[in-house]
This record gives sequence, structure tokens and C-alpha cells, in this order.
Amino acid sequence: MRCLVAVKQVIDPYVHIRINKEQTAVIQENVKMAMNPFDEIAMEAALQFKEQGIISEVIAVSIGAPGVQETLRQALARGADKAIMVMSEKSYNPLSIAKVLAKISKQQEVDLVLMGKQAIDNDCNQTGQMLAALLDWPQATFVSKLQLESTSLIATREVDGGLETLKCKIPAVVTTDLRLNEPRVISLPNIMQAKKKPLTEISIEDMGLELNNQIATTTIQPPPKRKAGVKLNSVTELVDKLRNEAKII
Amino acid sequence: MEFEIIIIGAGPAGLATAIRLAQLGYKSICVLEKGAAIGSHILAGAVIEPNSLTELLPNWQDSDAPLNTPVTSDHFWLLSSKRSYKLPTPPQMRNDGNYIISLGSLCRWLAEQAENLGVEIYPGFAATDCIIEDGKVCGIFAGEHRIQAQHTILAEGAHGSVTKKIIQEFTLDKDCDPQTYGLGIKELWQVPYENLSPGKVIHTIGWPLSNDTYGGSFIYHMQPNLLSLGFVVGLDYPNPYLNPFAELQRFKHHPDIAPQLQHGNCIGYGARCITEGGWQSLPKLEFPGGVLVGCAAGMVNVPKIKGIHTAIKSGMLAAESIYEKTSFQSKFNASWVASELKAVRNIRPGFQKGLWRGLINAAFDTYIWRGHAPWTFKNHADHLQLKPAKDCKLIRYPRADQKISFDRTTLLQYSNFRYTEGAPSHLIINNPSLPVEVNYAIYQAPEQRYCPAGVYEYLQDEQQKIYLQINAGNCLQCKACDIKDPQQNITWTPATDGGGPNYSSM
Repeated sequence: MRCLVAVKQVIDPYVHIRINKEQTAVIQENVKMAMNPFDEIAMEAALQFKEQGIISEVIAVSIGAPGVQETLRQALARGADKAIMVMSEKSYNPLSIAKVLAKISKQQEVDLVLMGKQAIDNDCNQTGQMLAALLDWPQATFVSKLQLESTSLIATREVDGGLETLKCKIPAVVTTDLRLNEPRVISLPNIMQAKKKPLTEISIEDMGLELNNQIATTTIQPPPKRKAGVKLNSVTELVDKLRNEAKII
Repeated sequence: MEFEIIIIGAGPAGLATAIRLAQLGYKSICVLEKGAAIGSHILAGAVIEPNSLTELLPNWQDSDAPLNTPVTSDHFWLLSSKRSYKLPTPPQMRNDGNYIISLGSLCRWLAEQAENLGVEIYPGFAATDCIIEDGKVCGIFAGEHRIQAQHTILAEGAHGSVTKKIIQEFTLDKDCDPQTYGLGIKELWQVPYENLSPGKVIHTIGWPLSNDTYGGSFIYHMQPNLLSLGFVVGLDYPNPYLNPFAELQRFKHHPDIAPQLQHGNCIGYGARCITEGGWQSLPKLEFPGGVLVGCAAGMVNVPKIKGIHTAIKSGMLAAESIYEKTSFQSKFNASWVASELKAVRNIRPGFQKGLWRGLINAAFDTYIWRGHAPWTFKNHADHLQLKPAKDCKLIRYPRADQKISFDRTTLLQYSNFRYTEGAPSHLIINNPSLPVEVNYAIYQAPEQRYCPAGVYEYLQDEQQKIYLQINAGNCLQCKACDIKDPQQNITWTPATDGGGPNYSSM
């Protein structure tokens, strides 16, 4: 069984986000990037299945500017067998990304696509679902437990009311949630060996797909600053403020 | 794992060594960097004198090197609490032909150049020790991993943890003065265009520091709308009540400084110790199996307030000496770096007797002796200079206004620091009873004040007993504690998983 894992490069979750002066984009120059944490979990799941002998090959794919190569190298260092980098200077909406991933899934003849349930930069939570629709494969989203068999999979999903377990046929698309596993730490020898693993580059223009962004971002704004608190002298004063100023009691 | 060359540290010295070696035909070069990415632990003012960069990569101007802000004017001010007095800019501090840069960005660019030449660079992995066999260094340990190498280059910057061990092991410092340091705390601000004239360089001395403390500020106006601002305090300060962070905060309120920050936002914060010992504190640069380059040895030209050019040049000289199989030490001693450092050797130690005597000495040394004084002043060890708290005056600092000045916790978030949760502390207290018995009892807990990240906190337990809490997960890896602790009781070790700050353009 061959498995494709989509990994997105995002701004490191520990970095303080800054917005450009025009308020049209988040500043990415000279900012530390990292693999989307949900995708790290997807990659870990694929690698565990490979170690169990259920999956034979793990292919990592990422779309973006040349800098995403670093994230793919990390995927290779974790244990992916090969990597595909789809070069694109422009950033695309989830539908276009799903189209690219659908084409690669077919080209690579994979039986399973694993990816994070969403990316932490724009929190879209759409690509996996769209990909499943484009491929006309079953989908299991927000998966916190996953069992893989030769022709089907059993997935436990985190839904609003609790947990839902479903079984679906393979090939399928699975998007991963936080509690599925804990991604491994990359060791120095592994990252050194990753330099020797195959990484194919293709340009998004050469894929023969019609890609349009249906959504344009007009402005990006930081959340409003929290106001400084005030010290009150008595409970009466607090009750008064809650009732008359905050109007919550 | 084996390489011909292993370099610890992807700063200007380490990367220059790697690039020069690759240019000379070496194929097997590995650079280890403890920061999670190149530049993420790099912090400097910074103004660069581009001479050695031009020597290393003559075409830097054509290949997008991040030297974007040429210096347009130099200002040197002596501050009182309300006023500033313009002083003549000393010749060493003139910056014609120099550039204001982010050293982090320069290192990222240098790393790209090195990788294009085939150098392998691994950020996120700290070297923890050297492999020593038969009295010779033959590689390094990165945690449990061994990397063997024919040549080991220590380019860790000021007060590196492996360098410290190697200097002790091979007594490289037996013929030199103790190294001295300054603690630099820096903020990066985004300010309205009208506050700014890109290329302007301001240095100040005097207020808010007292006469017995060496230090001063730098303010660099950068393209397109950035202000790099910081304060350096000599770690030989005597008063344990001194708080370098709070000095920087109150400094920003000076009537000639505050307007430059008006309506701006702080976007970066960090701290790092720099070497100030200069010529007489340079240890031997060679040991069996390797060399020290850049600030691992201590190559800052203090009156110039620059060390990037000397770091790059020392790396190049080390590379050339490996290629030519000659002595790096003699090559270095015959170079312009050595003569530059030698010429200014008496200026920084002159300030041991206070600001005024220091300035007079500096003027005599520069204009009359021109660096050829027949004497060499001694440097003293920073940790021995602290006076007991009872002999010192308590310093009261104003409260932060949250517009221009802030508290440590607020600013700390702009360093983007991260450590693995639950990882063991990388700060080691050698004797656990000393902090309370000595540091707290005699010096009123100086580490609570000098640490720019609030790592050290003395708290009371339920029995009203004082104990030291170490918030290692805040550490900016400036190394002030390892240097200044009066009993030399704190050992700084690298976090092995790339933990620490993530500076983006510092």
C-alpha cells in the first residue's frame, strides 16, 4: 500500500505573528518556518503503519516557494521514502491545492492520503474534504484513532458530541486530529541521511491544471489589544461594575 | 559519522570558515548550529565594516547580500537625565562605508552561500562536548551522537560551553588576562517613517548608568522603518542592585530618545553577552585538533563596537592555515585583526576606574599614543567585581508605562522562545546551597536582576524559607549567569533540541 502525506509549511507556531504595513499579508521574510503540526501527526501515522508493514511507501508532498524544501527534508528525515515539491510562487485556495493533490495521488497511484485536519496559518479545514470529493474516495476527517486493513480502514473521529467510529473502503482520504499520536523527534543522523533521499521538483504550471483563486484576502488585522485591568476595593464595587458597566449580571 | 571539518556554530566566524574552506576545495564540511534555524540565536546591533566580507565574497553586492542600510551619519552623545551633549565622534567610531545590518539575516545569507558551495549545515543540533583521544580533539559529541573530524573549529561566539571546556582542558588561557564581557540587551522597533532617517547611528554613554559602571546604548535607524536599539552593560559592574534590563527601559524615556520610538511597536527582543577583553584576554587560538575563531576567542574591537569583520577574517585565516598546514596562531598574529585589536587594547580597561578617567584615558590613548602606549592595562574577571549589597546603594527603577517601556515578561514574547516541555533544565547549579547562602544573603540575589529573561527567581516556601526557582524555559541563552555569578556556581549548557529564542532579524 502506498501512502501520500501532504505537509504544509507554516510559520512556526511559537513565532510572534506580524502583519505588513498595508495590512494585506502576514510577514514571512526572515521568519522561522515549520511543518504544520497537524501534518506532523499525519506523517507520524503513515510512518507507524510503514513500520508495522502495512504501508510499503510513504511519499511526502508540499506546495509552495522553494523554501518548502526544508519542510520536505524534515519529512524525509522523519522517515518518508521520497518527496515531491510542487513549486509555486503564488499561494492558492484550498480547492486549487486539492486539485494538485488529486493529480499527484493519481500519478503516484497511492491508496491512502493522510493530511492534517487543517493548517494552523489560515485554519481553512477544507483541503482534505475537497480532495476526497475530487477523487471520489471516502473520507474520514478529524481522526484521533486509526486502524488500517488491506481493503478498508476503521477511524475514530472527534465530533462535537463525542467520538464517532466509522469504517470505509480504501482508497480513502484521512485528516488527522491532535490526539492521534505524538510525532517523533528528528535525530541528527536521520537529518543527515535525508539529504540523500530523492526529492522531485515540479512546477505547478506544468501540471496542466486550471487553478483559480475564488477567494481574495482584502485585509488582515491583529486582534484588538487587551485593555489593562483595574484594581477594585470592594466586592460591592465589583458587583456594581459587572452589573452596570459590563452588563453581564 | 565522519567529516574532514566540523564547525560548531553558524555565526559569522563559523560560516566564514566553512565558506573559505569550501573555496579552497574542501568537500566534507559540517556545521552544527544549536539554534532551531540559522540566525535564530544570532543577536547583534549591528554595524558591519564590510572589508572582510569583500575579501571572502567579493561579489556580495551582486548576490542579494542583506547589507541594505549604508551608514549616513554618526552621533556620539553623553547623556544626563534630561539632556544630551554631543561629543566628537572618536575616529574608531566613524562609520563611513559601513552598513547597518541584521546579523541574523547576514548569517542566513552566508549559510546559503556556504550550502551552494557544498557545506552541510544542521541547525537545531547543539554540540555538547569534544571527543578527546590521546590528548587530541578528534571531533565532537552532539548529545549521544559522535561526529569525528580531522579538524574541529569552535565558533560558538562569546563564552561557548564547549569552548569553555576546551580552554580549561588545554589551559589555553594560561598566558592571558581573564576574558571580560558586556551584556547586550536589544529591542527591534517598527516606527513611523517620520521618526526615522535610515543610516543614522547614535551611541550614548553616561545616564542612566552611574560613573562606576561601563556601558552605553546604540540606536541604529534601518531600512525601511526599523529601529534597532539596545543597551550594553559591562559585566564588571560592582552594584548587585543594578538591573541592565531596567536600565534599558528607563533609558528609552530620555527626552532625546523617546520621540524616536513614539507611536512605534516593539517587534523583537533578545539579549546576548559580548566579549570585551580584547587583545590581552585572547586565549591561545590553537589546540591539538582544532582552533578557536571569532568571539569564541573574543575578537570584538570594543572602541569600534564591532566584531563581525574580525570574526569573518579570523574564520578565513583559520581556513587558510588548515589548507596551508601552517600555524593559525602565527597567521593570526601577523594579520590586521591582531594589529587592530592590539592598537585599542588599553581603552576598555581604562574604564575600570570609572567613566571620566576612562574617557580621558581613551582620548590620550587614541590621539597622543595612537595605540602605541608602552604599557598594557590588565583586565579583571567580571565575577569578582560584585560588591556585597550592604556596601551598595539600592537602585529604584521607574515602573514601565507599557507604551515605550515594558516589563520583562511582555518583551520576552518577542523573542519567540520555545523549549521542549518537561525537558531537564539546561542551567546547572553546581552547589545547590550557594544561591541562598551566598547570592541571596550577601548580594541580594543579583541574578534576579541581571538575567534579561527572568530565569532566576527567589521565592518563599510554606515555611517562609527562601529558595531559588529556575525558569529555564525562559532562557535567552545570553550566558550572563555563567559569567557573572560571583561563585561561578552556574553552568550554562545548550538545550540539545534547538530550544531557545527564535530571533527573526536581530
